[in-house]
Amino acid sequence: MIVAGKAVVVPGTNIDTDVLYPGIYLNIDDPELMKPYLFEGLDRSLRDQLVGDTVLVVGENFGMGSSREHVPLAMKAWGVRCVVGVSFARIFYRNCINLALPAITCPAAAAAAKPGSEISVDASAGKVSVDGEEFVATAVPPFMLEMLERGGVIPWAQHKLARA
Amino acid sequence: MGYTVAEKILLNHSDVDHVEPGQVIMVRCDVVLANDVTGPLAFRQMEKMGTDEVFDRSKIVMVADHFAPAKDERSAILIKRLKEWSLAHEVAFYDQGRGGIEHNLIAQEGWVVPGSLIVGGDSHTCTHGALGAFSSGLGSTDIAYCLVFGEFWEAVPGTFQVTVSGEKGRFVTGKDVILAVISQIGAGGGTDNVLEFVGPGVRSLSLDERLAVSNLAVESGAETGIFPADETTAAYLDGRTEKKWEAVHSDPDASYARKLEVDFDKLEPLIAKPHNPENVVPVSDVVGIPIHQVVVGNCSNGTMTDLRQAARMVEGKSVHERTRMIVVPATQKIYREALAEGLIDILVEAGATVSTPTCGPCFGGHTGALAPGENSLTTTNRNFKGRAGSPDASVYLGNAFVAGAAAVAGEIVNPEDVAA
Repeated sequence: MIVAGKAVVVPGTNIDTDVLYPGIYLNIDDPELMKPYLFEGLDRSLRDQLVGDTVLVVGENFGMGSSREHVPLAMKAWGVRCVVGVSFARIFYRNCINLALPAITCPAAAAAAKPGSEISVDASAGKVSVDGEEFVATAVPPFMLEMLERGGVIPWAQHKLARA
Repeated sequence: MGYTVAEKILLNHSDVDHVEPGQVIMVRCDVVLANDVTGPLAFRQMEKMGTDEVFDRSKIVMVADHFAPAKDERSAILIKRLKEWSLAHEVAFYDQGRGGIEHNLIAQEGWVVPGSLIVGGDSHTCTHGALGAFSSGLGSTDIAYCLVFGEFWEAVPGTFQVTVSGEKGRFVTGKDVILAVISQIGAGGGTDNVLEFVGPGVRSLSLDERLAVSNLAVESGAETGIFPADETTAAYLDGRTEKKWEAVHSDPDASYARKLEVDFDKLEPLIAKPHNPENVVPVSDVVGIPIHQVVVGNCSNGTMTDLRQAARMVEGKSVHERTRMIVVPATQKIYREALAEGLIDILVEAGATVSTPTCGPCFGGHTGALAPGENSLTTTNRNFKGRAGSPDASVYLGNAFVAGAAAVAGEIVNPEDVAA
């Protein structure tokens, strides 16, 4: 699975899902309507960089806190193709995999990326390229890789239901 | 090599014959829980899967708690959808006035027993480790899959063993135990692991206090915090559930990813400073910070134990003129017990606002948002920037003694200095 896009750098460690998508907007259940509130509690100007295909570059323990899937749903709705980071909180990571949004652990690539860098990610090979320079990512376990390649939990469930 | 409690419960709920940390397995659920925020989102995902059939209606629980009572039309629509879906699928549904905050509620109503596997569309589903269960907070797509198939994929976590020892101080509670752990390992330190609480100090933690400990496990990144069942657990469950259960304990030769210690003899009430639960200091380090709002409640500390602690600190006194105090009993049953015991009267007489059970003030959803420049002392579990209203407000987390004391003093004080 290969995805690519322009880097949008989200600085900081322990970025929680409350700042990524504040609680007062949790009464929205349509991903298109979630878009205006992504990054609302962190830095609204980050949304201006979400043009075309993008790759978010994030720090340590990204996405900690609430299980709110509004965060990766809004990211996908904005055209975010991948999240490359130092490390991820458990539920945020699960939500990404389940929605077929690759969350790739690669601290070196995260350090090298600048806003607007051209990033391409080969999740299967465990490689991240930043402006042509290649970095080795932490391998995505086979189960999660298969989930990503199948398009996430929904196609996975459809497949299972079709076989039943 | 033996297994930890977490590994044993996962093994018992899967089709594999061996588990080890990092291995990805499918795990069966005994309870699938969702609320008015995560439920409707899961139902959308189910529709995309192309099915309306649930795996077992007797194992599904829906609770209106986040935006209930509805703060606006959009919230009302979500709650209506949750209710209609629940009635149509004949699953358990707890509406406002009949339930409360989901985690306290399902523990109280006997849905959770030791050794069981609980999943919920809410990160604080980790709370149920207090009863010796394995519980996991999931997102809505996960919950949709659980509703349909009764299982989820799980990367088997490692286990951090936390040994609690010593004699608990007069104003020290379970909340301080878990803040001490978060302080030791940091907000992401428990990622890919669960916490397991053992040792002589565990006996002095009531079930209510254990709920608080397990509830904040996720603030360390851990999946849950497990208290292997003991006589406290058995006494709590007596008459509460018809489910059969057996205590699950770790094998003597189980392998731990890390070992931690919390010694009550060295523990005073703790405070997590803004804007991260890992910013933990002894209460004595932050004495004198003015407090504009106190909240006692939420899924970590809205139990009878907490209401008693807060009431004890304000009894016969008045909430400081600088300060607003909001008290949120975690469930309707707790609310009634607190009424019967006279706690609500003590709190209201002192000037507190008592709310119906709801998650509102904890996540900034409604009821008690903060203005810029205001400081809040709450018994809740998160003090992230902007979570409870203005991003320019500051939230301090502490136990219910500390909260009650701050309400009376109008500033952070050591409960020792307020208590008669």
